[in-house]
Amino acid sequence: MQSLAERLTQPGVLIADGAIGTMLFKCGLIAGECPEKINLDRSEILEEIALLYFHAGAEIVQTNTFGGSPLKLAMYSLDNKTEEINARAVQAVRKIVRDEAYISASCGPTGKLLEPFGDTKPEQIFETYRRQMKTLLAEGVDMICIETMTDIAEAVLAVKAARSISSMIPVCATMTFDPTPRGFYTIMGSTIEQAASELNNAGADIIGSNCGNGIMNMVTIAKEFKKHTTLPIIIQSNAGIPILKDGVSIYPETPEYMTEQSRELIDIDIKILGGCCGTTPAHIEAFKKILRENSAKTY
Amino acid sequence: MTVIQELSEQLQQGNPKNVAELTRQAINENIDIKTILDKGLIAGMSVIGEKFKAHEIFLPHVLLAAKAMYAGMDLLKPLLLKEGIPTRGKVIIGSVQGDLHDIGKNLVAIMLKGAGFEVIDLGNDVSPEKFLDTAEKENAGVVGMSALLTTTMPVMKKVIDLARARGLYGKKRFIVGGAPLSSEYAKEIGADAYCFDGVSAVETVKRFAGIF
Ligand code: B1M
Repeated sequence: MQSLAERLTQPGVLIADGAIGTMLFKCGLIAGECPEKINLDRSEILEEIALLYFHAGAEIVQTNTFGGSPLKLAMYSLDNKTEEINARAVQAVRKIVRDEAYISASCGPTGKLLEPFGDTKPEQIFETYRRQMKTLLAEGVDMICIETMTDIAEAVLAVKAARSISSMIPVCATMTFDPTPRGFYTIMGSTIEQAASELNNAGADIIGSNCGNGIMNMVTIAKEFKKHTTLPIIIQSNAGIPILKDGVSIYPETPEYMTEQSRELIDIDIKILGGCCGTTPAHIEAFKKILRENSAKTY
Repeated sequence: MTVIQELSEQLQQGNPKNVAELTRQAINENIDIKTILDKGLIAGMSVIGEKFKAHEIFLPHVLLAAKAMYAGMDLLKPLLLKEGIPTRGKVIIGSVQGDLHDIGKNLVAIMLKGAGFEVIDLGNDVSPEKFLDTAEKENAGVVGMSALLTTTMPVMKKVIDLARARGLYGKKRFIVGGAPLSSEYAKEIGADAYCFDGVSAVETVKRFAGIF
């Protein structure tokens, strides 16, 4: 298989996987429990989820390392297990996809807030990502995926941490935006324009958005990114905004609906299409299907 | 601008130093503590809440305002506590699981302490088990829950359902509060009372303790 870096230079959309978190809850993760702890004691669940997405046609499969930075793991007193937690996650996915899909290493927010409104120093954020990413890269992932970021300063530090370890590895960075009457902003006040320019300057190769929105808003967000960047774009949409029904969250967007709306994303030539919260292997399979139809049309 | 207006203004600017200074000044000018709290600090915070809701400001700004709010509250705390004659009864209080908002809850805890109750504050993100385990262990008569998010409100029902399962319902009193709540909701989940603010929490707990 060619390297992901090479693949990214060629035409055509790559399909990534869907939600891990919501799948983990289905597999028995309890609310309040550390989602990465299962990497240590129930890694067969990781294999199961990877297999479902791999069979659904995902060309990029993510690791269960979203909260795998030592700062985040410290909230569950698991920071001393950082290396093992991250290594096991990669190994579980590798066992399933072998070299037939790319492995993307998920790196989510630290959960800490930077000074002056929070109490964490930039150096601490940089170092925490560096420690997590060192293991992920040593285990041979194909991409670092910094995701669900809301503070551009934290996202930039994470990209720089990845770049400080490897100048070659594809680095992807996505942020989560809220629709407001004045356009899209992250909860911390970052704009799409700012994200496009600062992530690019920090050394990201692929940028875009994940989480927080259903597919309709994501189309608007992707178009906005297009205005401000020439980098390849990644979109990982939620299956809508969860509706609380009898105390359980339900994600309303079906595979059919999301796929229909995604045609526009393919038309504007985004590079990676995947799912976030509430998306399932059925959503990924549906994405894959329209891509096939699309390429049949073109060639 | 009066010192109270300026206090609200500086809280909105997220300036803890000035808020502390102005709170001190207001106390020295013998302005009523309740006025300092309601018309200064809480009034400023509610403007912040509205602006955040309208997406005019973002989280960093709200966090700085929260820091400023605490700078003022820390100075009012000893004055609110002054009249307290402890041991009127024990109250367990906390923000429910998943909820990190604690300013309102802390204020209610201070007022209850000030009214002479022994308050055990479990902090925020408190699980239903922890509420009830502590209430049992400490033999507290009242369990107070705070929630500021529509998504964490249902946890209150969980606590009450668990109390029913453990046979604690009816033996302990459950009071709830927080901006998104209402007395209808409190009734629906089986809470003993909804408290609009710290003052009504004090009145309610007094009523339960047989003190009028
Ligand atoms: C037990 O008996 C009782 C009795 C009475 C009780 C009681 C218990 N508890 C309260 N009371 C009552 O007495 C108190 C004194 O009068 C009163 O308490 P209050 O807490 O109401 O009043 C306080 C004295 C002052 N008010 C406050 O302290 C809350 C102010 C607002 C602006 C607010 C703040 C400060 C914060 N926030 Co957030 N925050 C907002 C708030 C907007 C608003 N207008 O309420 C609200 C609550 N927040 C919101 C949101 C969405 C969020 N916040 C979040 C985070 C934060 C901060 C951390 C930045 C900060 C909290 C800091 C802290 N240490 O508490 C996030 C959630 C974090 C979490 N998991 O909990 C986040 C989800 C944002 C995000 N996307 O990250 C909104 C909730 C929407 C909803 N209905 O669900 C929100 C209404 C803002 C808005 N207008 O959009 C009464 O309600």
